[in-house]
Amino acid sequence: MTASVDTERTITVTVNGVRREATVPVRRLLSDALRHDLGLTGTHVGCEHGVCGACTVIVDGAPMRSCLMLAVQVDGAEVRTVEGLAHEDHQGGQVLHPVQEAFRECHALQCGFCTPGFLMTIAAGLESRDPDAELTEDEVDEMVGGNLCRCTGYANIKKAVRHAADAMKDGAR
Amino acid sequence: MTTKLFGEPVRRREDQRLITGKGRYLDDIGAQALAAAFVRSPHAHARIVDIDVDEALEVEGLIAIYTYEDLHGPMAEPLPVLIPHPQLHAPRTGYPLANGEVNHVGEPVVMVVATDRYVAEDAAERIVVTYEELPVVVGVDQAREARIAVHEEIPDNVAARHHQETGDVEPALAAAPRTLSFTQYIERSACTPMEGKGVHAKWDADDSSLRVYTSTQASTSVRAAIAAKLELSLDKVEVIAPDVGGGFGVKIVHPWPEELLVPMAAIALGQEVKWTEDRREHFIGSAHERQQRQEITVGYDDDGRITALDVHVWHDNGAYTPYGIIVPIVTATQLVGPYVIPVYRVIVESVYTNTVIVTPYRGAGRPQGCYAMERTMDRIADDLGLDRALVRERNLIQPEQFPYDHHLTFQDGRPVIYDSGDYPGLMRKLKDLVGWSEAEKLRADAEARGKLLGVGMAMYVEGTGPGPYEGGHVQVLGSGKVLVSTGLTSQGQGHETAFAQIVASELGVPIEDVEVTTGDTRRFGYAVGTFASRAAVMSGNAIALAARGVREKALRIAADVLEASPDDLEIDEGLIQVKGVPGTSIPLRTVAVLSNPLRYAFDEAAKQATQFAGPGDDSKPPVAPGDAPGLEHRDYYSPIRSTFASGAHAAIVEIDPATWEIDVVKYAVVHDCGNVVNPMIVEGQVHGGVAQGVGGALYERMAYDGDGQLQNASFMDFLMPYASEVPDVVIDHQETPSPLNPLGIKGAGEAGVIPGTAALASAIEDAVGRRIAAMPISPTELYDLVRSPDSEMTATAQRRAGTGVMA
Repeated sequence: MTASVDTERTITVTVNGVRREATVPVRRLLSDALRHDLGLTGTHVGCEHGVCGACTVIVDGAPMRSCLMLAVQVDGAEVRTVEGLAHEDHQGGQVLHPVQEAFRECHALQCGFCTPGFLMTIAAGLESRDPDAELTEDEVDEMVGGNLCRCTGYANIKKAVRHAADAMKDGAR
Repeated sequence: MTTKLFGEPVRRREDQRLITGKGRYLDDIGAQALAAAFVRSPHAHARIVDIDVDEALEVEGLIAIYTYEDLHGPMAEPLPVLIPHPQLHAPRTGYPLANGEVNHVGEPVVMVVATDRYVAEDAAERIVVTYEELPVVVGVDQAREARIAVHEEIPDNVAARHHQETGDVEPALAAAPRTLSFTQYIERSACTPMEGKGVHAKWDADDSSLRVYTSTQASTSVRAAIAAKLELSLDKVEVIAPDVGGGFGVKIVHPWPEELLVPMAAIALGQEVKWTEDRREHFIGSAHERQQRQEITVGYDDDGRITALDVHVWHDNGAYTPYGIIVPIVTATQLVGPYVIPVYRVIVESVYTNTVIVTPYRGAGRPQGCYAMERTMDRIADDLGLDRALVRERNLIQPEQFPYDHHLTFQDGRPVIYDSGDYPGLMRKLKDLVGWSEAEKLRADAEARGKLLGVGMAMYVEGTGPGPYEGGHVQVLGSGKVLVSTGLTSQGQGHETAFAQIVASELGVPIEDVEVTTGDTRRFGYAVGTFASRAAVMSGNAIALAARGVREKALRIAADVLEASPDDLEIDEGLIQVKGVPGTSIPLRTVAVLSNPLRYAFDEAAKQATQFAGPGDDSKPPVAPGDAPGLEHRDYYSPIRSTFASGAHAAIVEIDPATWEIDVVKYAVVHDCGNVVNPMIVEGQVHGGVAQGVGGALYERMAYDGDGQLQNASFMDFLMPYASEVPDVVIDHQETPSPLNPLGIKGAGEAGVIPGTAALASAIEDAVGRRIAAMPISPTELYDLVRSPDSEMTATAQRRAGTGVMA
């Protein structure tokens, strides 16, 4: 066994607003650390070579493919996963993110395996734009263009982006 | 009335968990499980000389290593031939772990179990397998030539010779006013669901029982296979399909080696064991579909009416035939599509190659059959100088000809008798939707912009909902909750929603009260599986029948209480009432309580059913002879034969003669799946199918080299469409109910994919004027084809060139 494989490191990372600590082998992928060390199985692994986007999470505000990052790289960072998209309301219930609402409303998912990756990519895209600006088709294409889905044919995912953008526009008023 | 939800675009109840990260897919289960990894063959054809595990033994965290020598009893025998057939004369299947020989790259040779997957792969990497390489067969033509044999004892490489005929084809062809013959090819693609396969097994040593989770389309049959192979009593094995991240056919095959080996290890080690397939494993260790060579001869008259059709297909079945000859049979029998074919003969030779096994992928042989038939229609039209739509129209089965018997035997062993349809109706709608009559104007407009434009179309008929059966169980609890289960699994199509709609409508209860469980053998032990567009037809009808049984019993009990005739009662919003007499009612949940005469009151509601609760009839037993306690019913739907859905697709492509990029500018779909349970879900199925159809026509292929190495075994190199590759789809509907089942429905799951290759080949050929006889086609291939002096110019293109008029 080589030393590098054996080496473990303890990292501290804020995941969905909660400070978490984990001791991980240095070779552990971020996707595996989230799923298997932190128990956040909402992040899915579809290809493990950075092409499908199913594992996308938001690291310090930017969508990243967690299968192309090592867990040790997020030491000290802030990570958002699909489990953190919705927020609690005052009655202890859950308020879905507009993009989650839009996915349900527009039938933008079937098997749901790629869905967390799309949700995080689109959420990052919509949150980083001026909600009052008219959403262009280029923006929609950009937000959905890097992720693979085998079920939906993408039409309803694009529809959901527009739907969510409309909701965020109304919400911003 | 809010409970009549059949036919409504009800939003899916699955989605809440799936959009919040609370889905439960295979790899989400068993956080504490040991991990399995596999050493797979790097050679397409080889003898195993030696397996040396010494170095692996030093890996810290290694738990166990298994090779063929560690398999005993039924596990040491070949995997089952799942669907035997008399014409499958030389079936071959692999072993759970290779027994001395490997026949494709990716075949499992050694299983390693370790504390986690990283460590398991470390150990697997250190195992040295010595092979003696053997000559390799790749592709249907090489298999056909048979200079090399995949399996030594099958020198011609032919596993099966499937043959059907409806008359004497040779004299019919000789008598035909016109004939033409051609050969064409179609390539391999694969299901590639976003979630690969995976298995988790847990052995309860105290109870001597096994629980297996597997990402499957057939949990009841996996259970039976595990019980048989591991020599366990069926009642000691439970198999559950959790949330399944797509299947499209590959997960109907079973038992996969891993589905047996992982439980075997869990029992041997007394610990939970899990295996999650990675993407490369999925490409080389699962299944592909679609490669065929098709030799077609057609006889027809001067009007383009077909008089005889003779088809000889060479079908690449890969290294083994675990799924029998289902795909060849489907090609053979669905090829005839919506047309009258007076005399038809088909021979499909299913041949071995040293490549991944071929088993159903959405469409399951139909895209190939459709490609054969529809390209034949195009050739006839081209030869006669007729409109391609007109030639099709002249050959269509007419609405008054149903039921229409093709005198063929379908994949379920039953006759191919079309139950209902309106094919001229489909064609009318399609021509309107795509703007067929505008094609020449569009072509001229595109030409002015320096683009080549072409239009194409293809029609299909799809046998859906084959038997033998599915079952459903519906139970009303004292809480008012309605539990529904079926053994059939889901792979993301929205079964929980569709089945809940059916029960809410049949039973008259709010959909919120209905809970649906699928694919869990603890809840329902008898089932066949999710394939062949059969879930809605089969389980949908079974569940409807079960709900009707519950309704009948509920009304009988309520009639006693309300002193009314059951015929005068109705159920709405979970309340049974006398029609037209508001206030005379009893909640369904109370009837559920009363249906189970009790001695013990375990809660407040239960008191109503106890023995001193009210006056009873002393002359009768509390549970009448032939009756049973509880407000529940189990029923089965077993169809006499499949029901036949249909549709028509058209595509408009624009090709840039500088880059030969093929842009699908319009894609039109008309489909008919009988009565629709949920139109939102059906449209979603169509969208997804079309994306796979376009992928299969323009982008996807399995790029094997001559050594049997799959050169594009990743999502980087296998060009599965992103959003940028999928055209916008316009859809029109037609509903021709099936007379065969109580709900009048036909399957919808696979339809979208079937005509894609045929329609796009037609459109591209129309655009470039050169014969397209091999699909898929890339811009490079199109460029080469157009420049090749050997490529054949279509008669239509010659006419256009000759007259200078857009004919």
